[in-house]
Amino acid sequence: MDVMPKWADVVLIPVISLVLAAALSAIVILAIGESPWEALKIMVQGALGSTYGWGYTLYYATNFVFTGLAVAIAFHARMFNIGGEGQAALGGLGVALVCLYIPWPHWSLALLGATAGAALFGAAWAIIPAVLQAKRGSHIVITTIMFNFIAAAFLNYLLVGALKPAGSMEPATGKFPDATFLPSFQDMFSTADNPLFRGAPANVTFFVAIAACVVIWALIWRTRLGYELRAFGHSETAAKYAGISPTKIIVISMAISGALAGMMAINNVMGEAERLVLNAVEGAGFIGIAVALMGRSHPFGVFLAAILFGFLYQGGAELALWTSIPRELIVVIQALVILFTGALDNMVRMPLERIFLARRRKAARATTLTAAE
Amino acid sequence: MTTTTTPSAAPAIELKGISKSFGPVQANKDISIRVMPGTIHGIIGENGAGKSTLMSILYGFYRADAGEIWVAGKKVEIPDSQAAIAAGIGMVFQHFKLVETFTVLENIVLGAEDSAMLRPSLARARRELKALADEYELNVDPDALVSDIGVGMQQRVEILKALYRRADILILDEPTGVLTPAEADHLFRILENLRREGKTIILITHKLREIMEITDTVSVMRRGQMTATVKTAETSPAALAELMVGRKVLLRVNKTPAQPGAVILDVADLNVTDDKGVHRLKGVSLQVRAGEVLGIAGVAGNGQSELLEVLGGYARATGRVTMNGRPIDLTGRSSDGQSRRRDGIAHVPEDRQAEGLIMDYAAWENIAFGYQNDARFRRGPLMDHAAMMQDTVDKMGRFDVRPLDPKLAAKNFSGGNQQKIVLAREIERNPDLLLIGQPTRGVDIGAIEFIHQQIIALRDQGKAILLVSVELEEILALSDRIAVMFDGHMMGERDPATTNEKELGMLMAGMTGDPGNVTVTEIERNLAHAGTGTKV
Repeated sequence: MDVMPKWADVVLIPVISLVLAAALSAIVILAIGESPWEALKIMVQGALGSTYGWGYTLYYATNFVFTGLAVAIAFHARMFNIGGEGQAALGGLGVALVCLYIPWPHWSLALLGATAGAALFGAAWAIIPAVLQAKRGSHIVITTIMFNFIAAAFLNYLLVGALKPAGSMEPATGKFPDATFLPSFQDMFSTADNPLFRGAPANVTFFVAIAACVVIWALIWRTRLGYELRAFGHSETAAKYAGISPTKIIVISMAISGALAGMMAINNVMGEAERLVLNAVEGAGFIGIAVALMGRSHPFGVFLAAILFGFLYQGGAELALWTSIPRELIVVIQALVILFTGALDNMVRMPLERIFLARRRKAARATTLTAAE
Repeated sequence: MTTTTTPSAAPAIELKGISKSFGPVQANKDISIRVMPGTIHGIIGENGAGKSTLMSILYGFYRADAGEIWVAGKKVEIPDSQAAIAAGIGMVFQHFKLVETFTVLENIVLGAEDSAMLRPSLARARRELKALADEYELNVDPDALVSDIGVGMQQRVEILKALYRRADILILDEPTGVLTPAEADHLFRILENLRREGKTIILITHKLREIMEITDTVSVMRRGQMTATVKTAETSPAALAELMVGRKVLLRVNKTPAQPGAVILDVADLNVTDDKGVHRLKGVSLQVRAGEVLGIAGVAGNGQSELLEVLGGYARATGRVTMNGRPIDLTGRSSDGQSRRRDGIAHVPEDRQAEGLIMDYAAWENIAFGYQNDARFRRGPLMDHAAMMQDTVDKMGRFDVRPLDPKLAAKNFSGGNQQKIVLAREIERNPDLLLIGQPTRGVDIGAIEFIHQQIIALRDQGKAILLVSVELEEILALSDRIAVMFDGHMMGERDPATTNEKELGMLMAGMTGDPGNVTVTEIERNLAHAGTGTKV
């Protein structure tokens, strides 16, 4: 029997963890002589107070949805994919090649093509460590980390060489053709007399991210593949008994994971930068781990956690802009959130379980008493 | 049996009105019990009856919600195991608490060192160990590494640990669960010696045979309550079983002679070498016909697990296997659990928790486990949850799985009910051949009766059954033919009607020859070494 009702597990624990992280952050801000209340106001105002702020928050969130889903699906097969960074970088390469070398008539077709390119390149980058794990037992955590470095070096090499337009001094590809520009929220929601999301990078990819959440949810809980994948994640010996091939599950789950991480590139490379620059991923691959942890590897949870981290990113940037709170402190706040929601989960969970247990025992005693009367 | 009990002496242990609950579950309800000094007192009950909880309270792992503990006529508080040891109570757990990389001597001293320096403690322990070994026939090599000695020997180390700490009262929790029959007999001799020297022993078990064999008094627990305490000499296995389960239980399997038909499974010259290069199966050949049970006896770790794994499709082998006359692929890509199921082989694995079930899956998800590709569980690219749910409710009802809650996770069912879920899934698939390993391991008496009936019923429908069990009694009760495995070999086949435990024991120990020329001790000595490749 589960000790806690489900709502406490999914809602109460993350909320309490967040409050604790916020409280500790407040103390840190207080310690450097700033007002936590003011800081919170600036963060909320900057990230959620205008369509411009929302445009950034959702742009970041879109990145995190993809990398978070990537980590989450691998988690279900008990694979710890921390190569999201490298897979997203390779996804960027796929997007750049598709956009630069194929003449697209319309952005919608370009989006489909770029999505396929991003997913393919990301998946390919994840499949190599997966095969090494399945066939040779090389630990996936080690290999995916190393593949992050290889990816960074590889992109570096291409961006100062083959992909750099002649005469350019910058390690980046040329601008993508106009036909591949994705409609931003500004294009979609602004009218002449009511300008919305002006200048914000959020774009149509946000809706692709939402669709990805739904598809991954169905994949995990409604399909045979998801059934086998979760079974393998729970018990490898049982999976073998049932005739589920470990190699197949490891490779497929990592391929899907890599594809999702790669798909982040349609947001940041195609939707925002409209060209491929150095270090385009900017750590979103690692944030995905925290997002998946906080979202309990459930696509809906990943979505909410991604929005939260989008808020922290955008709010943090505003904070650095308007106060003397240094940029580094924003990283501290983000780290505290990760620490409390991910690593210190049991610290909140165990006392909470005790409370629920005591309550239930009381209720049980009450019912026996009434029954006895 | 000699007992040194004097009626006037105070009980070695007396529990008065012990109650303990975990959340809504009341594990112990108002339990009172008197254990007289110098006796072996059995506590018997099904899994989850509350035996282990009661002993954990006595040993200081749990605090009772209510009740008193009296030791040798004095009321004591036992807040932790240190207090229990101080009160002269020692405990031998089902799962040993030994440091594998330490020697026997170091394990015995661990936690009871005299000083910061180890050498004097070890010297004293060595002397005392010698004395104890002579007194109780508890011979162990003090300098052997624990990882190098067998399970039976490790248990002796646990007993020595308790005696070294001057325990007068010894609690043994399911001590024979991990032992071979010969090791169990040896343990009982040790217990008799301990009793003769005036020690008090509490033996927790769910095996009726052990209770009848060794105890002086027996207390029966059911659903957290103490239902009876009786003199062993004045009761019978049937009466105890009824007290445990709460209804009459058939201890013998009723079955008619088999009507064997065509050969279903034909195995010839099967060889398996594992990852470490150990030759696990050495030229095994056997046949199973429709309508018969072939029982495979043997000490755990002599190749039975590998045989089941190969036939179940998840271990590689060389040799020739045909099923219904068609050859089966033993190595290729198509050699997996899925293709075996298509060939008409169903498999109830030896370890239901590690193999047969996904413990975190609900019952309704487990009912499709291994059959997730079946058309009836499919709806386009998705799985048909409604069909799975309906199937689960049907099967749980027919196999009397309790609680009848298809949404409950497998881990929350008792062992017997978990086994019923696996059995329902495999039997109801109408296979030609059922592989079944350790069908009743860790299963309650009531469920054992049911599971045995199901196996015989399947046989009577004309199915072929390959049964692997380390319980000789179970093999004798269910099999129509008995094959014995030793060290990866088939030692030969016997007819259950004409063979006996001695003859089978010889084969299990790898001995051939006339049973009349072999003494039981010789068999036991060989048996103790038969399980060296222990895997299970």
